[in-house]
Amino acid sequence: MNKYKLYEKIILYFSITIFLIFILLPFVEMFYASLRPLDHLFRSPYQFFSDDLSFWAYREMWNTVPMLPRYIFNSFFLASVTSLITLLFVIPAAYSYARFNFPFKNSSLYILLAINMFSGAVLLIPLYKVLRTFGLLNTYQAMIVPGVAFLIPTAIWLLKSYFEKIPVDLEEAAFVDGASRVQILRHIIAPLSTPGLVVVGIYAFIGAYAQQFLFAITFNQKKEYMPIPSGLYEFIGYTTVKWNEMMAASLVGIAPVLILFIFLQKYIVEGLTSGAVKN
Amino acid sequence: MNKKLRSFNSPTFLAYALIAPAAIYILLIVAWPVLETIRLSFTNSSLAGEDYVGFENYEKMLSSKKFNKIVTRTFVWMFFSVSLKLIIGLIGAILLNANLRGRSMFRVLIMPPWVVPIAIGMLGWLWLYNGYFGIIAGVGMHTGILDGPFGFLAYKQSAFISTIVADVWVGTPMVTVFFLAAMQGVPRDLYEAAYCDGASRWDRFFKITLPQITPVIITMSILSAIWTFNSFEIIWILTEGGPRGATTTLIIDTYKQALGNYKFGRGAARAVVVMILLTLFAGFYLALLARINKKISHG
Repeated sequence: MNKYKLYEKIILYFSITIFLIFILLPFVEMFYASLRPLDHLFRSPYQFFSDDLSFWAYREMWNTVPMLPRYIFNSFFLASVTSLITLLFVIPAAYSYARFNFPFKNSSLYILLAINMFSGAVLLIPLYKVLRTFGLLNTYQAMIVPGVAFLIPTAIWLLKSYFEKIPVDLEEAAFVDGASRVQILRHIIAPLSTPGLVVVGIYAFIGAYAQQFLFAITFNQKKEYMPIPSGLYEFIGYTTVKWNEMMAASLVGIAPVLILFIFLQKYIVEGLTSGAVKN
Repeated sequence: MNKKLRSFNSPTFLAYALIAPAAIYILLIVAWPVLETIRLSFTNSSLAGEDYVGFENYEKMLSSKKFNKIVTRTFVWMFFSVSLKLIIGLIGAILLNANLRGRSMFRVLIMPPWVVPIAIGMLGWLWLYNGYFGIIAGVGMHTGILDGPFGFLAYKQSAFISTIVADVWVGTPMVTVFFLAAMQGVPRDLYEAAYCDGASRWDRFFKITLPQITPVIITMSILSAIWTFNSFEIIWILTEGGPRGATTTLIIDTYKQALGNYKFGRGAARAVVVMILLTLFAGFYLALLARINKKISHG
């Protein structure tokens, strides 16, 4: 189709730049702050340039927050366990939705969508009481148990659409030839759905990583179980906030998820948007 | 289809058995708490115990001026946040849909606010909004717009606007990505035909793209309204609902009542109001979705 004229190109690039500045400014500022010495940060009005930028904060933060390695471990541990448990619940359910017809199929799928709309914040009171009754407050489970529940609905929808892409004829042929359901699952479904499982697993991992704040600040007061986001808010409790170290620690904390996402964004975005856009 | 195949495709018992674990889990962790919240809203439950108090929590809540203000504030906050997300998201999608060099890189670059834990993104915004050392106040002072330090989160109006901006920042990438996906789903021959007929770029956008993506725009506006209504972490981290309640939305108020003061009963009454509103949104959304689907399947 027709090419852009030069002035159109300039306008487009200029607008994209403004858009990207809005989106990326907080991260750029976080990174810049992490490189500057604290006394440069605490100069008012704001100074645009610092002459002695260094990665000093990235070393010092481990001393300021001695528990930082533990927080990073906790974040990973919580996200991994949460996403694995989510998969365990989601795989059979998604397969069933993709393959079988049964009463209440569509209505229950819509109910799943509706559950997505309830935030954890509304249900905190009963959840708090339940966790307290079972003695789960201030444990890893206090964050995992509610976390899984809020990941299941979207994960079912995502995985269902992957399973639907596997031609049903293959299974039918195997079934007519006398294969059992278990054999079909092992030899046909499992190998063909691996890419889908990986994408849904990563979606759940990123989701579990992102949700580590509300449940963590509400259901857990023990430092040894805190994930990065709630652990980092300790920095803010200090009399002078060591912003440079806090930013350094935040960036280290989000780097793994960002990298994971950048490599897999195409698949995740495709999966998430396909349902909404087709409908 | 032979009998064996039919039994293969609709084994009701197996189908339910496979769904059961997820369904039971959700019933326990989501559905039961919903019912429990409703029950608690009729009690004066606290850490000390609970007694049935009838509609007292609701009467107190609804007659309090403060609560009515909170409801109004929630909708004003939502209105601005959702509109901005949709407008910026639409413009962003148009820009990223343009056939330019580097566009696949731009598409990745807009996603971090969506992927990164909100709590960490908000640390960035806390720093940007800092009245003495933040870059926004800094630019203001250097250009003379501000005549001194200005804490964006310290004053009622600016805190209100600042939390909206941060919320828009978190929500826009997702809206953009969905609009973009919708634009790419518009059949290319529509554009080619219009181009041959001499339609301008402007015409092609308003006569082809916009009508074609309208269903997605409508869906996204409702979804985005729901998420915005639920927005908790952003406000909590930036202002905890302050200063002097200026950014206290329904969700924040619910949290404060329930887990700040351990007044579970009062908190639950607020949570019920939130749930009723959410159910209305959700019903609206699902009805719309069903209508759109019907339209598509009937041609």
